[in-house]
Amino acid sequence: MTEAQFVRRVVKPAVFVAALAPFLYLLWRAAMGELSANPIEDITLTTGRWTLRFLMITLAVTPLRRLTGWQPAIRFRRMLGLFAFFYGTLHLLTYVVLDQFFAWHYILQDVAKRPYITVGFTAFVLMVPLALTSTSAMIRRLGGRRWALLHRLVYLSAIGGVVHYWWKVKADTRDPFAYAAILMALLAVRVWFVVRKAAARRGAVTAVEARAANG
Amino acid sequence: MLIKRPSDIKASEITPEGLYLNRREFIRASSGAAVGVAFAGLGAASLAAPAPAFAQEPLGDVKKGPFGTDEKLTPYDDVTTYNNFYEFGTDKSDPSRYAGRLQTKPWTVKIDGLCDKPADYHLEDLLKGQALEERIYRLRCVEAWSMVIPWVGFPLANVINRAQPTSQAKFVAFTTLYRPSQMPGQRYPALDWPYVEGLRMDEALHPLTILAVGLYGKTLPNQDGAPIRLVVPWKYGFKSIKSIVRISFVDRQPPTAWNKENSHEYGFYSNVNPEVDHPRWSQARERRIGEFFRRKTLMFNGYGDQVAKLYEGMDLRKYY
Repeated sequence: MTEAQFVRRVVKPAVFVAALAPFLYLLWRAAMGELSANPIEDITLTTGRWTLRFLMITLAVTPLRRLTGWQPAIRFRRMLGLFAFFYGTLHLLTYVVLDQFFAWHYILQDVAKRPYITVGFTAFVLMVPLALTSTSAMIRRLGGRRWALLHRLVYLSAIGGVVHYWWKVKADTRDPFAYAAILMALLAVRVWFVVRKAAARRGAVTAVEARAANG
Repeated sequence: MLIKRPSDIKASEITPEGLYLNRREFIRASSGAAVGVAFAGLGAASLAAPAPAFAQEPLGDVKKGPFGTDEKLTPYDDVTTYNNFYEFGTDKSDPSRYAGRLQTKPWTVKIDGLCDKPADYHLEDLLKGQALEERIYRLRCVEAWSMVIPWVGFPLANVINRAQPTSQAKFVAFTTLYRPSQMPGQRYPALDWPYVEGLRMDEALHPLTILAVGLYGKTLPNQDGAPIRLVVPWKYGFKSIKSIVRISFVDRQPPTAWNKENSHEYGFYSNVNPEVDHPRWSQARERRIGEFFRRKTLMFNGYGDQVAKLYEGMDLRKYY
């Protein structure tokens, strides 16, 4: 089995199952009566946290690939991003169906009036076009450059998700702070990549000019 | 079928704790059988896990108190595992997990400030001569969930009257124990420790306001504020300060823990009010623990007949 085959046939299915595990474990706890006295709150918190975690994991793929040089990492990015969308959808559905039970009047009021819900809802909406254009056919149709530009929305979505969490907690900001720190690191790495690339280009130009001058 | 009003139910008739604890076992067993097909091995491991034991002492002679409600009681299991008690951690499950190490014997309550008879009371002396009553109250958390809890306690007014506050005493200030060695949540400044609360004198003297020493006919579990806590049922739950070590009579509105944390969101009064939203969420409805659909929140948590007159002429949007 080649490395590509091993990744496709073994590693990818394993990652898929691992990514689904938090959802299955939540179902298991619910069925066993192991959630707290307020199970809807547990489900909301769990799906929300996993949305953020998968956004972070997805954003870690590219830096990981570039820092380690392990190219097959890129093959996991779409799946991980779709899992972020999956948990985000569960989180939103938990709020709309379980928590509010379609009380649209209150839901619309929340989205319009409560900044943390406005931000969280926006973060989710920004993920929708990314999920819809995640197929290979859509990448071809949009063209790689435009597709990549569109998918930078994931940065806004991740920032919105962390802000949503930060604004929700009452007093203990340790957990949202951890997410914010990780996200900042993931974004900072990208800035560093851009700066380094620009410097390298300038270096190349300088070298060409030097050769021209010497020639 | 004979249907008793819960206000007629004596503490002794309430389902014993052992049976409540069995509920989880029952749920585990029944759903374990259903899901067990898919997760046979894991199911067996889960079934073997023992339920936590709460060794609370019976409080003996408890008479029926006034202001009862005929609503369904929140199960003991839920009242003792779903708690906001940041002294033990900010997760709802932290208090039941970590409160066991708190030593509540001996316990002293200092009563001081603007009164003729300040004293340091051993808890037993503070309780001496107090006729314990069962008070079945609604508890509405500021986070928009609620419970119905059969407290055991006595009017705070009894303690106030014994201390004989002077005419300058306008407010009563309360303080929770500060003991990071046994209250692990206090090692992180989630709030400005120790937790403090306060009531206006007329609120403190109101017959609804009690000092609770038990629930479900037994002494309070630590996670519910042992050995003695305040219960003010028409205010959001955080006003009902737990594990009290000091009660002071003061002439000015005392600082309160959540107000210090965020004065924009948590006022001194913090009366349950469906018309004044928390800046971040609506207070119009609440989820009663154990129910699926949210229910409408009642003004003053349904105790308006008793307490609305305390706030006559006050703008409750300003004094939230």
